[in-house]
Amino acid sequence: MQDINKDKIVIDGIETAEEFEVRSLDAMCINESQLTHKWYHNLKYMVVGIAFGIVFIKAEIISWFRIQEMFRFQSFHMFGVIGSAVMVGAISVLLIKKFNTKTIYGEAIEFHSKQFNKGQVYGGLLFGLGWAITGACPGPLFALVGSGATVIAVTLLSAIAGTWTYGYVREKLPH
Amino acid sequence: MLDILKNPWPWYVAGPLIGLTVPVLLIIGNKAFGISSSLRHICAACIPANIPFFKYEWTKEIWNLFFVGGILIGGFLAVSLLANPNPVVIHPNLAAELSTYGITNLDSMVPVDVFNWSALFTLKGFIIMVIGGFLIGFGTRYAGGCTSGHAIMGLSTLQWPSLIATCCFMVGGIIMANWILPIILSL
Repeated sequence: MQDINKDKIVIDGIETAEEFEVRSLDAMCINESQLTHKWYHNLKYMVVGIAFGIVFIKAEIISWFRIQEMFRFQSFHMFGVIGSAVMVGAISVLLIKKFNTKTIYGEAIEFHSKQFNKGQVYGGLLFGLGWAITGACPGPLFALVGSGATVIAVTLLSAIAGTWTYGYVREKLPH
Repeated sequence: MLDILKNPWPWYVAGPLIGLTVPVLLIIGNKAFGISSSLRHICAACIPANIPFFKYEWTKEIWNLFFVGGILIGGFLAVSLLANPNPVVIHPNLAAELSTYGITNLDSMVPVDVFNWSALFTLKGFIIMVIGGFLIGFGTRYAGGCTSGHAIMGLSTLQWPSLIATCCFMVGGIIMANWILPIILSL
């Protein structure tokens, strides 16, 4: 526990640019804002999360059976969900760029582009194996725990352990 | 109306709603949609252990933890308020295949014949629940994202590394579901 406090002091000492570099390593989604808000501004993300979790359950995206059907090409459901989500997402991003839409705080919306590295292949294959065994990706793990499948909390903790292990051995892996 | 909400939602309703998460998060706070990063932020917050990969200001990404907390609450609300009264309908070939492994209970989102606390201490349960979870956490971070970050956010912003990652997710999943999982489930 004391170690954590010590780390925090170190973190505070890291210069912003370098800190951002570390934070954006192997992450598709990084978020940098010059604005600071009170903590309760984060509650709006929780509301979006709640809506998202409800869709997950109601469309049976978190169903182990639907994932098995997808990987066996026995049902169009999951392909339809992911395909139409990408279509709507892509059109939205296009419109945001075209109209130079600002955030509700008036900030310009930023997009970070990602470089290719071998991790997307090796890691992608490993994640695919895990996705098919558990029938869940990270989002559904959270929704499943909430839905009362309490044993999935073990799977979630194991996923956190997997992420930690990746961080521990990262330097030795091909990228 | 409530009946419509309680029945399983079709893909053409769920997919666009999920897609809309992308612009909503961008507009309400310039946030790029992604879920697997939350696992990294949890590591950075709880057990950084002086590992460089976890030495960053996780508080800047705390919105992500509120978001996944919301997903958990949403899961709870959906089953308590909008539970589907009918059993899940699955493809007959899948049902036939699963019954050969002793999976006959289709009432839950996950097959309770496999996913339960006592099965956790069997070889089959350990591989499925613990090793499976480990692969999710390790693989998503190695790939730099999961289905949400790469397949949805990445493809929406037309990033070709995300297309490669998404194809690899599918290849890994197809290999596991068709050739490896049958062996694990027969254990």
